[in-house]
Amino acid sequence: MDKILVGLKRAVDYNVRVQVRSDGSGVETDGVKMSINPFDEIALEEALQIRERGEANEVVVVSIGTSDAQQQLRTGLAMGADRAILVEAEGTPDTLSIARTFMALIERENADLVILGKQAIDDDNSQTGQVLAAIWGRPQATFASEVVFKGDTATVTREVDSGLEILEIDLPAVITVDLRLNEPRYVKLPDIMKAKKKPLDTIALTDLGVEPGPQIEETTYEPPAGRQKGIMVDDVAGLVAALKDKGLV
Amino acid sequence: MAKILIIAEHDGTSLNPSTAKCVACATSIDGAEIDIAVLGASIADVAAQAAELGSVARVLTVENEQNTPAVAAILAPQIVSLADGYSHVFGPSTAFGKDLMPRVSALLGVNQISDIMSVEGSHEFKRPIYAGNAVVTVKAPADHPVVATVRTASYQAAGGGNSAAVEAAGIDAELPSHTRFVELQSGASDRPDLQAAAKVVSGGRALGSEENFELIYKLADTIGAGVGSSRAAVDAGYVPPETQVGQTGQIIAPDLYMAIGISGAIQHVTGIKDAGTIVAINKDEEAPIFEIADFGLVGDLFAIVPELTEALG
Repeated sequence: MDKILVGLKRAVDYNVRVQVRSDGSGVETDGVKMSINPFDEIALEEALQIRERGEANEVVVVSIGTSDAQQQLRTGLAMGADRAILVEAEGTPDTLSIARTFMALIERENADLVILGKQAIDDDNSQTGQVLAAIWGRPQATFASEVVFKGDTATVTREVDSGLEILEIDLPAVITVDLRLNEPRYVKLPDIMKAKKKPLDTIALTDLGVEPGPQIEETTYEPPAGRQKGIMVDDVAGLVAALKDKGLV
Repeated sequence: MAKILIIAEHDGTSLNPSTAKCVACATSIDGAEIDIAVLGASIADVAAQAAELGSVARVLTVENEQNTPAVAAILAPQIVSLADGYSHVFGPSTAFGKDLMPRVSALLGVNQISDIMSVEGSHEFKRPIYAGNAVVTVKAPADHPVVATVRTASYQAAGGGNSAAVEAAGIDAELPSHTRFVELQSGASDRPDLQAAAKVVSGGRALGSEENFELIYKLADTIGAGVGSSRAAVDAGYVPPETQVGQTGQIIAPDLYMAIGISGAIQHVTGIKDAGTIVAINKDEEAPIFEIADFGLVGDLFAIVPELTEALG
């Protein structure tokens, strides 16, 4: 295949424990460390390995958001992507807008494969890949833990609740990746220097003619209901007694 | 009035308990009329099980060889055809529903609501974000169908005793051939499925090896529990991925959850915080898992777990 598009979402870092603002207007993101959504890093690593095996020519990383996302795109370029596209958008575009943006880029770039993370760790939606595949009218292989190409098809192993499911899909297609697919490479300093010279194009979302979907309004945010800390037991006998007391064993 | 279509999850013989949990969610919408769609190849048994669920008005069946095993790209256009006239289309937030429902939402031209944890109104719901560190209230537009997945851990399965009408549904949909099921490799085990298990025993990285996980299996088998794990244990190769519990694994709500050698990172805790009783066994008394455990025991799991298994045997 020729070209792979990979989505990189700028998201609150995996290690940050987010706090809901006291007025319920959102979660606190000021001064919080931002990173590439971890699943998207795995998506990019997979695309790079496909290119390095000679099964694709070019890997293009895409982010949709504010100009701050350039930082994540530069990291993607440092990991080894050939080019980056920032689609500048205000606020948080809805899933259909995101998918339609990818669709516009697929047509513009003539892409053969789109690899995305299976979910973003901020909104935890797990929708974009499936929605994109639907509007593209192409296969989706979600939650992938192994991807093997053969001609114009891919055999994808998917992590499902009852084990591993294997699908064969025709290309072009959308693949969303799970944790066990690969281990993303570390970025080395010379790669960061090299990445500065790689092309990063900016397009305004409004210039792509993307129609947003019917908006789902997020009204209020609240901290989750906490669990009460229970009691510490001294030994196994104490634990067994406590469980028997509750009728659990 | 809300007219709700629930997409059944099943394996061809049994209805997955996630479907009864979707029904429970749907019944919390005032005046809901609830139908269940069962798509498969030979599905009389599954349809009969769906018809028993309380509050269900009709079970719509679509029998087609291509519908088994379930492939999202093949099911989605059929569900779109069935969805006509419904105000809501719900599926479970299991691997099945998470794969399928967004594809349905896109074909219906709406944005999906993922992981409903409570119903605030016919078009207003609460859902967790940031690994459950925050809960957001969302409002869907009233002039479009609501397509959503139901966070199954937030609901108790709807009861039985019903005998809803079962009807074969006529559908008008073109089915793609670009996606082909090859096989399902399931770690054939007699243990209860994680989603359905009343008790779950989970092990973490502290187990140290695949062999040592035998301790977890023995304890689980002694009390008839399913076996879960932390991401660290899966990454280390001690257990298969389908056992992973947490933000990116399975979200579960058993009556009893035992976390053994699991520190309790927020990503894990979000998968269990609706459990009835949580037991934590860990050698580190500072481990965050103790903050949410009903019963905590500090000590060496390699001594405690065999003793516990013996005591419960």
